[in-house]
Amino acid sequence: MSAFDRDAERQRMLSRRTMVLGGLQGAAVATLAGRLYYLQIVESDRYTVLAEDNRISLRLVAPPRGLITDRFGVPLAVNEQNFSAIIVSERAGDVQQILDEVGKLIPLTETDERRIQRDIQRSRSFAPITIKENLTWDQVAAIEVNLPDLPGVSIDVGQVRSYPFGEALSHVLGYVGAASEKDVEGSTDPLLTLPGFRVGKGGIEKQYDQALRGAAGNRQLEVNAVGRVIRELSRDPGQPGREVALTIDAKLQHYMHQRLSAEQSAAAVVMDVHTGGIQALCSSPSFDPNQFAMGIGYDAYQALLKDERTPLINKVIAGQYPPGSTFKMLTALAALESGIVDADHRVYCPGHMELGGHRFHCWRRGGHGSMDMVGSLMHSCDVYFYDIAGRIGMDRIAEMARKFGLGGRVGLEIPGEKPGLIPDPKWKRRALKQPWHQGETLIASMGQGYVLTTPLQLAVMTARLASGKAIQPHLLKSIEGQFTETTEWPGIDVKPENLAVVLKGMNAVTNVPGGTGYRARINVAGMEMAGKSGSAQVRRISMAERSTGVRSNESLPWRERDHALFVAYAPVHAPKYACAVIVEHGGGGGAVAAPIARDILLECQMLDAARATVAQQPPPSTDTTPVPPPAEGGTP
Amino acid sequence: MTLDISGDSAALSFTEKLGQIPWSFVLLITAVACVGFAMLYSAANGQFDPWASRQMVRFTVGLGLMLFIAMVDIRIWMKMAYPLYGLVMVLLIGVDLFGSMGKGAQRWIDLGFVQLQPSEIMKITLVMALARYFHGASLEDTGRIPFLLVPLAIVAAPVALVLAQPNLGTSMMLIMASGAMFFLSGVRWWKFALVISAVLIAIPLSWQFLLHDYQRDRVETFLDPDSDPLGTGYHITQSKIAFGSGGLMGKGFLQGTQSHLNFLPEKQTDFIFTMLAEEFGLVGSISFLLLYCMLLLFGFIIAGRCRHQFGRLLALGLTVNLFLYLFINVAMIMGLIPVVGVPLPLISYGGTATLAVMVGFGLLISVHVHRDVRMSRRGLGDL
Repeated sequence: MSAFDRDAERQRMLSRRTMVLGGLQGAAVATLAGRLYYLQIVESDRYTVLAEDNRISLRLVAPPRGLITDRFGVPLAVNEQNFSAIIVSERAGDVQQILDEVGKLIPLTETDERRIQRDIQRSRSFAPITIKENLTWDQVAAIEVNLPDLPGVSIDVGQVRSYPFGEALSHVLGYVGAASEKDVEGSTDPLLTLPGFRVGKGGIEKQYDQALRGAAGNRQLEVNAVGRVIRELSRDPGQPGREVALTIDAKLQHYMHQRLSAEQSAAAVVMDVHTGGIQALCSSPSFDPNQFAMGIGYDAYQALLKDERTPLINKVIAGQYPPGSTFKMLTALAALESGIVDADHRVYCPGHMELGGHRFHCWRRGGHGSMDMVGSLMHSCDVYFYDIAGRIGMDRIAEMARKFGLGGRVGLEIPGEKPGLIPDPKWKRRALKQPWHQGETLIASMGQGYVLTTPLQLAVMTARLASGKAIQPHLLKSIEGQFTETTEWPGIDVKPENLAVVLKGMNAVTNVPGGTGYRARINVAGMEMAGKSGSAQVRRISMAERSTGVRSNESLPWRERDHALFVAYAPVHAPKYACAVIVEHGGGGGAVAAPIARDILLECQMLDAARATVAQQPPPSTDTTPVPPPAEGGTP
Repeated sequence: MTLDISGDSAALSFTEKLGQIPWSFVLLITAVACVGFAMLYSAANGQFDPWASRQMVRFTVGLGLMLFIAMVDIRIWMKMAYPLYGLVMVLLIGVDLFGSMGKGAQRWIDLGFVQLQPSEIMKITLVMALARYFHGASLEDTGRIPFLLVPLAIVAAPVALVLAQPNLGTSMMLIMASGAMFFLSGVRWWKFALVISAVLIAIPLSWQFLLHDYQRDRVETFLDPDSDPLGTGYHITQSKIAFGSGGLMGKGFLQGTQSHLNFLPEKQTDFIFTMLAEEFGLVGSISFLLLYCMLLLFGFIIAGRCRHQFGRLLALGLTVNLFLYLFINVAMIMGLIPVVGVPLPLISYGGTATLAVMVGFGLLISVHVHRDVRMSRRGLGDL
């Protein structure tokens, strides 16, 4: 074979194999094209979704919490701006040096600095880290002025719940706090997953949490691979929380809080006898809800917990006390309704009464002499009520008490209400497995023994007595302008003439000289109140003590003194407000609690009058018609 | 392109040589490079700094280098084939000894102005050396196994050094390009079958003993990219998302979310085609593939027109090289083969790869310009 032939053969081989190689390459490129088609056409939708998932980060936006106002629109719970200093480490350079500079402007503890350094190490360099929250205005100003020297530092504005009336309303409003596991459980609200999101922790804030909370909005943010926000794509502000208006009168509430603060431990509530709307509700001492909204310290919280005057407990709804003589209206009414006793029924009070070998004492050791029903209420004669209670029996009394709202939760909209207790033979057999003694009826007739009531129940009782209607107490006036109040309550199933006898007795208590509350009467024409005092014994008086003379309240340690109670309504001729006051371990109801009830009811009516004048309306007709205090009182 | 009847273009004057340069090919190369500039501009979020501008400078330098190489007589290159191979071998050894650490692999020699990657240059000098060796080989020669031992050693030495760096991608490319050279030279089919089956047997063994952990990871990731979406599989998963979300028409220039929000890793180097596909869709990616295939086609045409074996083999070897770059890179970023660090020449940001590929184009053009020179069987023609 010639060299030429060999060369030609080699070249043919090369050409053949070049074709093979080219074919292979063509096939390979076709494979690539096929793969491109698969990825970019067949699977395109799936990958588009994944790309959007990558790119778009949905951030929740917490809507502003709804305002809580009083009945006239005065804000009771608002959202305030809360200033924090934050630092972005990537802009700060030397973080420690910047923190030292900031430390000269606002106090930073070593713990703060350690936390900041730790947070910075844990976060991306562009993530803002909180240096200090809840800055005062001066601190904000100090930092703002020095911002040029503090690279990476800025002021962040957040929202914090604020309660302008502070302690005065904490038991009504409650407060907000971080959601607990219990709050999150079973809830699908995405807001609860937001760090720092606050939910209602008691009071109205808790009861109407859903309405106040609103609905979560969201921001669609474009983020990059490390989570840095590039831009905002869209924003849905969500549904702001709804405005909740209460039946509370902030001015009255404020006044009542001031008035009760004079006592060591007291509670009072005022309500409209026609609507049941709570005008003011106050338990003293109290706590500052703003502290809780900001996050209260351990020591401060322990101090509140351990205080024997129980500042954390709303005594109006959760304090259960023997009602004492404030219960007597119900015993009287039960007797009249039974038909066994009428208003003219007279009992002679020698200072005690014998029953089954026991001697039951009247509070006045010397006795009241001959009493009729009105007089017995006016003087709070215990023996009279022993007598009629013995005649009608416990079941009638208990039934009447329940009609007037005692012995069970009345259902106010704030959590924590206690039911109290109205005992009867059936209850005793069931709960204590013991038979009922006649003597217990006598004790119960004057609101002692097993009988327990809350101040709220006493106020409801008084309102129902005054209006004759089965009003329900409530705090909610409207949500976002939707009114919920009504005056259309069913009447109480008692004869009006019987009710009139009891009201006459209550009138005599405060408006007839000699009545237990006469010294605390309201002396303003048209604003007079009617009421009933009560002193609830919290200790057992031994026979030995009786023989040597019952010790006065003043000589006892605070915890053993009687509770002072007073229930009242005003004005007498056209009842509008009912009030219940308790001063824990305060002593005598007429002497201690009655003046408070008087001041509150007077203030209540004065505020109304002042508002009527401001509104340039004719003054209420009550001012023009002098109302004589009912003269006929059963003075012994 | 006029056919030189004389059969000897050694006498071509400078201007005649200039006229012989296939300017349409040069234009095509420039066009592909411009696509690269655009993508680098986009990778920097619409800025020439830091990548596009530097790449332009490199390409311009490379263009000059290419034309210079093209003008040099092919016989000089043939003469230089072994010395250049030897020089790059020395550099490869130097890299293994003194190379700076980069990405866990010793690949670069820092010359101050450029970080030299000898393995990239070896892709060219190896093809040159093999073309030189097989230039004089008759089919009888290539049929004898002893004759094949020398070229096998020529291939094995650099492959071993590159594997030691370790750089799996480049060693694979060296092996495959060399295999193509052997194949084109007429080595029998059954010999390839033998070697391939031997390799298949060796794979499980090398898996156990030779591969580095990160290489094993990459292969495992390839087999199941979703098993570890935030780890080693992340790159491929994100790359596929970028391809897929591009769809038919793409998201538009500078609008690729996967790339601009940094979900796509290494977008200016290995994954630049992903970005192109995301921003220009299937239409753009297929168009680009076709453009690149035209470069390959030119390579085949140049080989076909050449009248000496060295030129044909060199042209085909360089073309195979270019094809391997394209295929390995694109197949990798689409999840067809494991992740191996192979750039897309002319498009990816990178100094040596750009210069190496321009040198390759220079040699290709030189083959074309000197397609008709006379060469003796023993090697050198009458220069």
